[in-house]
Amino acid sequence: MSQETAPSPTADRASGHATGAMREAVVELVDVHKSFGQLEVLKGISMTSHVGDVTAIIGASGSGKSTLLRCINMLEIPSSGTVRVHGEEIGLRRNGHGESEIADRRQIQRIRTRLGMVFQSFNLWQHMTLRDNVIEVPIHVLGRKRDEAIRDADALLERVGLFEKRDTFPAYLSGGQQQRAAIARALAINPDVMLFDEPTSALDPELVGEVLTVIRDLASEGRTMILVTHEMSFAREVANRVIFLHQGLVEEEGEPNAIFNHPKSERLQRFIGSIR
Amino acid sequence: MTRTEPLETEPGLAELARPATRGRSWWQPHRIVLLVVSVALVMLAAATMRWDWLVEYWPQILIGVWRSVWLLVLSIVLGFLMAVPLGLAQVAGPRILALPARGFCTLIRGTPLLLQLWLLYFGVGSLFPTIPAIRQSFLWDYLRQAWPYALFTLTISFAGYEGEVMRGAFAGVPHGELEAGRAYGMSPFKLLRRIWLPRAFFRALPTLGGEIIMQLKSTPLAATITVVDVYGVIAQVRQDTYLVYAPLLFLAGIYMALTGILVLLVRVVESRVPIRGV
Ligand SMILES: Nc1ncnc2c1ncn2[C@@H]1O[C@H](COP(=O)(O)OP(=O)(O)OP(=O)(O)O)[C@@H](O)[C@H]1O
Ligand SMILES: [Mg+2]
Repeated sequence: MSQETAPSPTADRASGHATGAMREAVVELVDVHKSFGQLEVLKGISMTSHVGDVTAIIGASGSGKSTLLRCINMLEIPSSGTVRVHGEEIGLRRNGHGESEIADRRQIQRIRTRLGMVFQSFNLWQHMTLRDNVIEVPIHVLGRKRDEAIRDADALLERVGLFEKRDTFPAYLSGGQQQRAAIARALAINPDVMLFDEPTSALDPELVGEVLTVIRDLASEGRTMILVTHEMSFAREVANRVIFLHQGLVEEEGEPNAIFNHPKSERLQRFIGSIR
Repeated sequence: MTRTEPLETEPGLAELARPATRGRSWWQPHRIVLLVVSVALVMLAAATMRWDWLVEYWPQILIGVWRSVWLLVLSIVLGFLMAVPLGLAQVAGPRILALPARGFCTLIRGTPLLLQLWLLYFGVGSLFPTIPAIRQSFLWDYLRQAWPYALFTLTISFAGYEGEVMRGAFAGVPHGELEAGRAYGMSPFKLLRRIWLPRAFFRALPTLGGEIIMQLKSTPLAATITVVDVYGVIAQVRQDTYLVYAPLLFLAGIYMALTGILVLLVRVVESRVPIRGV
């Protein structure tokens, strides 16, 4: 199993971070609320992710991290608020029962092809080989030519160290391998931003490293990423911004150094204390 | 479903994934015994029974087999095409589609096939000639024959059972895999065509294989409404020759052979399916 050597992303990225204000916003959330029935999970979240940003979202279980991430690609539809991707607002409207819904299916389908989601439970399509998983969206959604898609897929599988496994079905792979394949699948659409929802939480401890290596590699090439994670040391290492969620609100946000070494709010201090 | 074995064992796993069972000889003791016994039985039957009728009836038997086979194949294909929307409607459809679909499956599965066949052929079928519009239409050529009733009944029967199977298979596809398709911009229809349906089909395949073999054994009911399938031919042989056992044994042999072929076909398809028990 070939694996990439770990680059030193912090050094590479340092230069890119300084000019945050000048860079284009890729994902913008403005006052996003989300309720499940009576339960209000997001209580007005605003955040912006710029080109090249690696944003880590941290917080206790149930604080709404996954829900927030899923509001970006509308797997959960915000009850109110605005989501913009590359400046384009995702149209929402109210249906007869006063629930919000997607206004234009076409628009969201188009925008989703710019967002590469990686799930906690991989969610590879089990009836397809790894390579078929990776070429599926380029061919059948983006309408790319098959031979081109295969060429790119093989390069991506090589990159995540799974070229030899390209004709294998997901069920015969370890969790770490499946997650790396899922990352290759997300990369195959060449997304503007990668969305990771706890990509290593479902893995045995000894398999976490191989997946983090791949993500670190993506960070070092300047990919825009939003990453929900429980791996605090990893968040500190690859992220240039950290958002701490508490009970559906952004309690504190800032640079990793500020968040982890000089937490201002008491809740963040307690959260970081509980992790250590 | 997630395999987390250490990396070294994985070539072994990949090996397991292949359908071939190389290395072990086919010639096991129990197989040899069974083979000897069956050869002896066949020789005994050949020596002690009359088989001369085979020469005379051979062409009819072939036509009968052909009829049974296409009744089976057509009813399976058409029935499955109906089963997909029947299953889907129950899992994801609005109530005005889900309820009738469920009602249909319950009705078909709750009544004997023979009853359905006779109701349609002797009941509905006898109404058609009294309707002039039908007598004048091109449909009449078909409606006055027996086989369309047999095909139709076998089709809706298969659809009823497999609609239920597909309902379970659709419902059992992991939600996350559908969500992944959605997250990458698939339209609902594309999601169905590329992920949901194939995934459900592979899940249902082992059950479908068994049901296809059951369906073969339902086809002789067609003979009760004058469709001369292979069972019908053999029944004719028995009437003409007054032979009791030989034709029936021969018929059993034919159905065994057909079943064997079906089992092999199902196995070939199944071996191409990557996922077992997932
Ligand atoms: N589809 C849903 N229906 C109802 N409640 C939900 C749904 N999804 C999430 N919730 C609730 O919303 C709250 C926040 O869930 P969310 O998954 O966003 O938390 P999280 O921060 O990702 O937690 P974890 O670290 O455990 O993954 C939880 O109380 C959860 O039970
Ligand atoms: Mg979560």
